[in-house]
Amino acid sequence: MKALLVAEHRDGQLLTSSYELVAFAQQLGADSAMFLVGSDVSLPQYDGTLYLADIDKYSEYNPAVHKQLLLDVIAKEQPDIVVFSHSSYGWDLAPRVSVALGAAHVSEVVEVVDGAMVVPVCNAKLRRQVSVKTAKTVVSLQSGAFCLSDDPEGTPTVEKIDTDAAARVVFEGFEEAEAGGVDLSKSEVIVSAGRGIGKPENLAIIEGLATALKGDYGASRPVVDSDWVDHGRQVGSTGQSVSPKLYIACGISGAIQHLAGMKKSEYIVAINTDKDAPIGEVADVLVVADLKEFVPLMTAKLLV
Amino acid sequence: MKILVCIKQVPDMESKFKIADNATWYDSGELAWRMNEYDEYAVEQGVQLKTQVADADLTVLCIGPQRVQETMKKALAMGCDRGVHIEDAESFKKDPFEIASMIAEFAKEKSFDMIFTGMQSQDRGSAQVGLMVAELLDIPSISTVVDFAFDAGKVTAKRELEGGIKAKVSCTAPALITCQLGLNTPRYPTLPNIMKAKRKELLSLPAADLLKVERKQETAKIYFPEKKGGGLVLEGAAGDLADQLIKILKENTGVLA
Repeated sequence: MKALLVAEHRDGQLLTSSYELVAFAQQLGADSAMFLVGSDVSLPQYDGTLYLADIDKYSEYNPAVHKQLLLDVIAKEQPDIVVFSHSSYGWDLAPRVSVALGAAHVSEVVEVVDGAMVVPVCNAKLRRQVSVKTAKTVVSLQSGAFCLSDDPEGTPTVEKIDTDAAARVVFEGFEEAEAGGVDLSKSEVIVSAGRGIGKPENLAIIEGLATALKGDYGASRPVVDSDWVDHGRQVGSTGQSVSPKLYIACGISGAIQHLAGMKKSEYIVAINTDKDAPIGEVADVLVVADLKEFVPLMTAKLLV
Repeated sequence: MKILVCIKQVPDMESKFKIADNATWYDSGELAWRMNEYDEYAVEQGVQLKTQVADADLTVLCIGPQRVQETMKKALAMGCDRGVHIEDAESFKKDPFEIASMIAEFAKEKSFDMIFTGMQSQDRGSAQVGLMVAELLDIPSISTVVDFAFDAGKVTAKRELEGGIKAKVSCTAPALITCQLGLNTPRYPTLPNIMKAKRKELLSLPAADLLKVERKQETAKIYFPEKKGGGLVLEGAAGDLADQLIKILKENTGVLA
């Protein structure tokens, strides 16, 4: 089996998530080549052919052009499987490539069981094993699902590629993350509020527990999107990554994006009315309770 | 100006899911249904754009069994002008490419200036359909949008990347946008608008008329993930639970010393 790995580059750097694609190819026992719109100055440590397009020429986000560069390499390499990260770059480019190839695209693969791709369904409450009916397959891998056991090493054989395909979307630059947030990465205790708090007034309950534990409070994305909490306190893949000594998730179901930002915490407590909530998978302790009743009681006992 | 919004009806994610007898999908019997959360942002953006430009017509499209009309009525009450229901009792079996192909088949030659979809659905979460529709219609598309502006045919948008960074991008209409959470604040339908929505056109089309492609993937099996880690589960009266948890934290973490 032959795999083409679509590595990623952002703002001058190769993204280390690119090595997750290498781990995936190794697990499949596939030969691989790599594709990157990037730069000579930040090459992957990888033994194999690297098809490299110049990011200064083809820009960070330029789907029509990146697609054509990739299709040219696919025509030459004839891979059985084209592998992306399920990231803002990968989930944007992969469906375009799959339509052009007439290949099935399996999104957010978390594992491979007996050769079949497994993906999450319904906020990761369920898993789905997929059977592919096309000769070629396009896959995107859930962040962190496949990891190299050793540090990456190797030197790629670089083959420069070009295209004259026309851009349809113009990349005009980055906007940095909002400044002025609270740096939760240094907090020893974080108590986070999820959708389960129900209404913004209940945030005081979460703050109360955080104060009683001499920690800070954070929030999951839905709470931030509802403007109940500043983005500067958001924990997750589009917010901060934290690793406190104690993380207490209150009314947070545990979407993968949230787990990505907090699963390295030393000790995790989840408070949730739903015993089956995916947060239970990473929690050391799951307290099955209504946070609005449980958290004030807990806070009161701590303050005695 | 013609605007299309594509929505999906999904189970409420707080539901207790059960596996269907054939173990290839979840049991749909006792679930509560609602509009896919991402699509609420798509509807809202469509309504805002319609309000912004003069003389716009906003169509909402949904694929699924009869019950999806309830969700379509919400979109009509939020401000869509007309609904197109692609009637398909087996839409849950269709893969993203089949769904996208049916939408593209409907939309081709109708000259929509802007198409909005959710960035992904809450149930399948493939994040493919919107982008595939754009590829099939051969129009530019921008995914994962958290900020959108339209001025004289030019689309300016911000894509959400990892770590809170955004990419500023632009393209020319006709174009398709897939909407990320937080793009806007979806409105709640008012009672007068709910009443008005009942009189809006809701056209039904059989799926078979629009499906012209082969299935590329199927669900072989659906199941609950194995519980990993073996974390402790505490149940009981809240007061007792608090005492238990405090004891556990004293024993296992340094933070209550």
